[in-house]
Amino acid sequence: MRTLLLAFQGELTKAWSLRSTWWSLVLATAMSIGLSALIGLGLRDGRLSDRNTWDPVRYGYFGLTIGLIVLVVFGVMLVSGEFTSGTIRASLAAVPRRGVFLTAKVLAGTAIALVVSVVCGLGAFLATQPVLGDRGTTLGEPGVPRAVLGACLFMALMAVFAMGVAAMLRSTALCLGIMIPILFLNSQGMANLPAIRPVTQFLPDQAGLVLMQSVQQPPGSVGHTDFGWGGALLVLLAWTLAALAGGFVSIRRLDP
Amino acid sequence: MIEVDGLSKRYGGTVAVDDLSFTVRPGRVTGFLGPNGAGKSTTMRMMLDLDRPSGGRVRIDGRRYRDLDRPLLRVGALLEARSTHGGRSARQHLRWLARTNGIGEARVRAVLDQVGLADTGHRRTKGFSLGMGQRLGLAAALLGDPPVLLLDEPVNGLDPEGIVWLRALVRGLAAEGRTVLVSSHLMSEMALTAEHLVVIAHGRLLADTTVDEFVAEYAGSHVRITTPSPERLRAVLTSAGIRVGEGDGGVIEAHGVGADRVGELVAANGVVVHEIGARTASLEEAFMRLTGGERT
Repeated sequence: MRTLLLAFQGELTKAWSLRSTWWSLVLATAMSIGLSALIGLGLRDGRLSDRNTWDPVRYGYFGLTIGLIVLVVFGVMLVSGEFTSGTIRASLAAVPRRGVFLTAKVLAGTAIALVVSVVCGLGAFLATQPVLGDRGTTLGEPGVPRAVLGACLFMALMAVFAMGVAAMLRSTALCLGIMIPILFLNSQGMANLPAIRPVTQFLPDQAGLVLMQSVQQPPGSVGHTDFGWGGALLVLLAWTLAALAGGFVSIRRLDP
Repeated sequence: MIEVDGLSKRYGGTVAVDDLSFTVRPGRVTGFLGPNGAGKSTTMRMMLDLDRPSGGRVRIDGRRYRDLDRPLLRVGALLEARSTHGGRSARQHLRWLARTNGIGEARVRAVLDQVGLADTGHRRTKGFSLGMGQRLGLAAALLGDPPVLLLDEPVNGLDPEGIVWLRALVRGLAAEGRTVLVSSHLMSEMALTAEHLVVIAHGRLLADTTVDEFVAEYAGSHVRITTPSPERLRAVLTSAGIRVGEGDGGVIEAHGVGADRVGELVAANGVVVHEIGARTASLEEAFMRLTGGERT
């Protein structure tokens, strides 16, 4: 336990001593809040597709997706940086038990990602809702706090998911090349094809959309899934745990 | 103390380390000698559990590396491969290492001072020269003030001043009673630093002995004679039962005999010689002889 605690402190120190940590987290926050508010300006009077029901929380979170990309990059680089820089050799000499090392790293990364996600999720909500004017909402409305919490959890879980994937693949470029299409292009494309919708609705970004909804979307619209908020949370947890499990299996077999 | 017992490592069909057994004892510098690619780095990585042995085992003070509690306090290692992130400063690199093993901030300052990086410790390691990188690696190895030190090719990249400094440091660490294993492919360096030698080639143990015994056993000392009449000298020496060889530039080499005996023989037979010199062969030559001259 003491070993894990010391390793955790080391990982926090390690994360904060890189400039890339600072700029990625600042950028994630600025993008999430700034872009959400900016897009909100365009939405306050604009029309949406007829099939979708207006949802102030979800539509107020468009910018969050961009912030999420940056937060995912942070999660990937936190882990892949060990391998690309060779630091992994020093890390494992200092913390030779692979499981303890990765646990400490993921815990440190999760703690940071969680704080940033709450700042982004809550900040974007508070900045965007007044911009939406009459179409906006408040934390007092039913379903809204849960959707805001969902947005925060979505961001944090995807950052942790990224850490697990990076522990498996160990290459920054490979990780981002795989994760960005899965996480972000899906909503615009594949997920809307009715034929494959029963499968693609389980992809992380679709579950994430459900988590940040305060209004249930009708069948056939973007954001409608066969599962609700709780189901979406389970789907995301499953993705995250699977990636972490893969990371742990991979790191145990590692000879850096 | 480091005990290596039947250690082997295969990569696919290639054997990097082959049934290696030796013991590194405290209080003296043990040189780990072998040509490039002999398996030195692989062996040292297996000592740190960075590489999984295909067979055999390593024990450090009786325990596996991964079972050591706060290992940096037990073993300090300088690895050949780079292990720092260019975006961190030397101080930041040492600081996170220290945290993982519960080592205080005072040690970070102390080792930066000790390796001569006190003034450059705040700079990002991206801009470090090879020598500064080696100094940082040494600082990391010394961070936990460990009783066991593994240094893989520590003189690499050091300037002459740095090399002299390193020799003194390494010998001083051994004199304090620490177990010090220093690898090198440079025989001359080992001659100046080590008291004991573990010599390997192709992953196999060739010798585990003191430096003096190693030279005496494998180097073969001889007397070198320069003469204008080599044929006559050969005849004189051979008839006296001395084994004769030819060195560089027509120099005659007399083996298994002292310079005094050679001098008496040439005087008695009236052979003109220009130079007679006793020659104690170097560690380098001993090594070449042992490995069959495979290192070029």
